Amino acid sequence: MATVPHVTLFIQCLVDTLRPQVGEAMVAVLERLGMALDCPEDQTCCGQPAFNSGFRKEARAAARRFIRIFENAGTIVSPSGSCVHMVRHHYPELFNEEPLWRRRAEQIAARTYEFSEFLVDVLKVENVGARYAGRVTYHDSCHLLRGIGVKQQPRALLRRVAGLELIEMKNADYCCGFGGAFAVKYPDISTAMVNDKVDHIVNSGADTVVGCDTGCLINIAGAISRRGLPIKTLHIAEVLARR
Amino acid sequence: MSDVSTENYVAEARRGIADPVLQRSLTSLQDRFGRGTAEAYRRLPEGPGLRLTAHAIREKAIANLDLLLETLAEKIRERGGRVFFAATAREAVDYCISVARRNGVRMVVKGKSMVTEEIGLNPALEAAGIEVVETDLGEYIIQLAGEKPSHIIAPAIHKTRHEVADLFARRLGIRRTTHPPELTQAAREALRAKFLAADMGTSGVNLACAETGHITTVSNEGNIRMATTLPRVHVAFMGMERVVARLDEYEIILRLLCRGASVQSMGTYVSFVGGPRRPGDADGPEEFHLVVIDNGRSRILADPQFREMLCCIRCAACLNVCPVYGKIGGHAYGFAYSGPVGAVVTPLLTGINRARDLCCGETLCGACKDACSMAIDLPRMLLALRAKLAYGDPDWGVAPAGRAERLAYRGWSRLVGNRRVYELALRLAALGQRLLPQAQGMILRLPPPLQGWTRSRDLFPLAPETFIERWRKGKVPRNEHRVQSKPRSGAAGSESASLSAQHSRSDGLKG
Repeated sequence: MATVPHVTLFIQCLVDTLRPQVGEAMVAVLERLGMALDCPEDQTCCGQPAFNSGFRKEARAAARRFIRIFENAGTIVSPSGSCVHMVRHHYPELFNEEPLWRRRAEQIAARTYEFSEFLVDVLKVENVGARYAGRVTYHDSCHLLRGIGVKQQPRALLRRVAGLELIEMKNADYCCGFGGAFAVKYPDISTAMVNDKVDHIVNSGADTVVGCDTGCLINIAGAISRRGLPIKTLHIAEVLARR
Repeated sequence: MSDVSTENYVAEARRGIADPVLQRSLTSLQDRFGRGTAEAYRRLPEGPGLRLTAHAIREKAIANLDLLLETLAEKIRERGGRVFFAATAREAVDYCISVARRNGVRMVVKGKSMVTEEIGLNPALEAAGIEVVETDLGEYIIQLAGEKPSHIIAPAIHKTRHEVADLFARRLGIRRTTHPPELTQAAREALRAKFLAADMGTSGVNLACAETGHITTVSNEGNIRMATTLPRVHVAFMGMERVVARLDEYEIILRLLCRGASVQSMGTYVSFVGGPRRPGDADGPEEFHLVVIDNGRSRILADPQFREMLCCIRCAACLNVCPVYGKIGGHAYGFAYSGPVGAVVTPLLTGINRARDLCCGETLCGACKDACSMAIDLPRMLLALRAKLAYGDPDWGVAPAGRAERLAYRGWSRLVGNRRVYELALRLAALGQRLLPQAQGMILRLPPPLQGWTRSRDLFPLAPETFIERWRKGKVPRNEHRVQSKPRSGAAGSESASLSAQHSRSDGLKG
C-alpha cells in the first residue's frame, strides 16, 4: 500500500520572522518531491540563542517545549543547519542529568534533518527540477559543515540546477562572522569577518551567493547591501524552488 | 605570573583589525598553515583518525597524571637530574632564581617556551639582575622590540622584515638590510656570542615520556639544543600535563605535534633529555633541573567539564584556522596563549570574569576543533565557560551575568514559551521598526542595544507576517495534497520511520 512520505516542518525563528519566503520555498520543493507536510503552529525557537550565550536553564525550557511539540512528528526537516545541530547535538547534552528527557531528546535528534541533507541523504534526490540562470558561489555555514558534516549535499543539489554555474570562492568554509549575539556584541570583529567573506564572494565572480542558514545569509546580505553590491543572497531552498 | 590584560580584548582586537601589516601576515599564515595542517593529517599513514587515538592517549595520561609525573621524576632523579614541583608561577620562578644564584649565573639563554611566558620568567630573572636572551629568532626579535609574542609558534608574525631591518640596525648596530638571510645571519652572530657566554639555558618541554623518563624539545633552528647543551645548567619548565605514559604513545603525539604546529612530518631538531651530562658524554649541562608547573592546572584537572583542556600540547594549529584570530591577531588575548586555545585556557588560568570577552568573543564555528592535533572540543568548553558567566560559579569564583542580561534572557524565555505572546511581541516590533531609517527594503540603523549590527551592515526588516502565520492562514502556496497541520497519522508515521532508517548517519568527529 503506497503511503505519502510525510515531513514535519521545523521553521528556524529567523526564517519565520525575517525570511518567510525561505520557508515557502522549502514547502514548494518538498511538495514537488511528493512530500506531505505539516507544520506545528506552536513552534517558536529551538533555544540556541540562549544556549550559545550560556543561559542553559532558558535554553532547556525552550528545548523541553520543542520536544513536546515535535514528539509526535515523524521526519522533521529544517532549513537551518544551525538549528539541526542544536537539536541533534546540544539537546541531548542539555539533558545530561535528566535521563528521561535525554532519551526523548535523542529520539527527536535521530529524525531531525537539515533540508539539503534530507534531500540528498534521505530522499536520495539531487535533481529537483530547478532552473536558475546565474553564477552561484556557495557559503558553507559552520554548524552545517562542522556541526553536522554536510558539505557536498548542497553543492550536489546546486550542480543539478539547470542554468546554474557553481563557482567555489576562497575560504568558503570560513565563518562569515554572524555567530548570533556575537555579531551585535563584537561588531568590529564580526564586521572584519563578514567583509572578508564578501570580498571572497566578489572575487569569485559570482552574481549570487547561496547558503543553507539564514543567520549567515542575513549577515552576508546586510554587508552586501551596505556596500551597494549587485550580488543576490539566497537560501538554497529559494534556488531549488525556481523553475 | 606574567601580565594579564584579558579585559582589553575588544580594544586590542580593534587595533589588530586596523593594522594592515598584521592583516596581511595573518592571511598568509592561515592560507599556508591552516590548509596545510588539514592536508598533513589526511596524509598520515593511519589517516586523520589518529587524532582520536591521540586524544585517548592524552586523556589516559591526564587521568593518571600523579603516577606518570612520579615515574618521570624518579627516572630523572636516578640520572642525577633534579625535579621541582611548583604549585604557582611564583614558586617556579623563585626556584629558577635560586638555582641561578647558587651557580653564580649572570646570563641565561632561553629556548622558546610559552609556559615561561605564562609564569613571567624573563622579567623575574631580569629583576634578579640576570640577563635573559631569547634564542628563537622570532622570540629574539620581539625581545629586542620589547613586545610580546602574538602567536604560540610564530611569535613575531605581526612584524615585517622592514620592521626587523630597522630594529636590527638600531639594536645590533648592523647596516640596514631587509634581506632575510642577512638578517638571520646577523641574529646568529649576535646569539652565538650569547650561547658561548651563558651560564644557564632554559627551555620548555614539548612533551615528556614517563616510561623512559625523558623530556623532549622540538625546534627548527637548533637553538634549543644549543641553549640546553652549552651552558653549565639547564632548567626545563613544563606544564604538569605535558606527559604521556609510554614511548609508543609518545611517538604518536610527537608526530601530530609537528604536523599541527608547522605542517612538518618531524621538527628539524628533536632533543630527548633525561638528565645532566654523564661521564663520557661529549656535551650536556652539569646540572639538569625539571620544573613541573601547576599554576592553576590542578583546578582544571578537578573539573570534568574542563579536564579535556589538559590534553592540549600547544601546537597552535587552532590559531591557524580560527577566523577570529585571523582578524584580531594574538595580542588581543592578553596573555601568553592566544587564539582558540587561549580563549579557553586563559580564563581558566587567570580568572573567568576578567576574561569574559575571550569566552564570548568567538562565533563557535568549530574550525579549531577540526584542526586540533589532539581533537579537543574547544567550542564545547567555550560554551561551558559562557554558562559559568551566565549563572556564576562559586568553585571558579565567577560572578553571574548582570541583571540586565539575566532579565533579557528571562524575557526571551517567556516570549518563546508562548506562540501567542511571541507573535504579539513580533507585531509590536514590526510596528516599531517603521520608525527606523530604511532604504530599498533594508533597515539602515538599529537602536541600542542592537546598534552594533548596523554599524557596518543593513538588516532585513521583520516580515509583515511570519511564516507560521501565513501557514495558519493558508497563505503559503501549496500543492494539491494538502495535509492538516496536526501531528501525523499512524500511517504517515511508519513511512517517516522508514525514511529515517534509510539514512545511516555518520556523526561525531570528522578527521
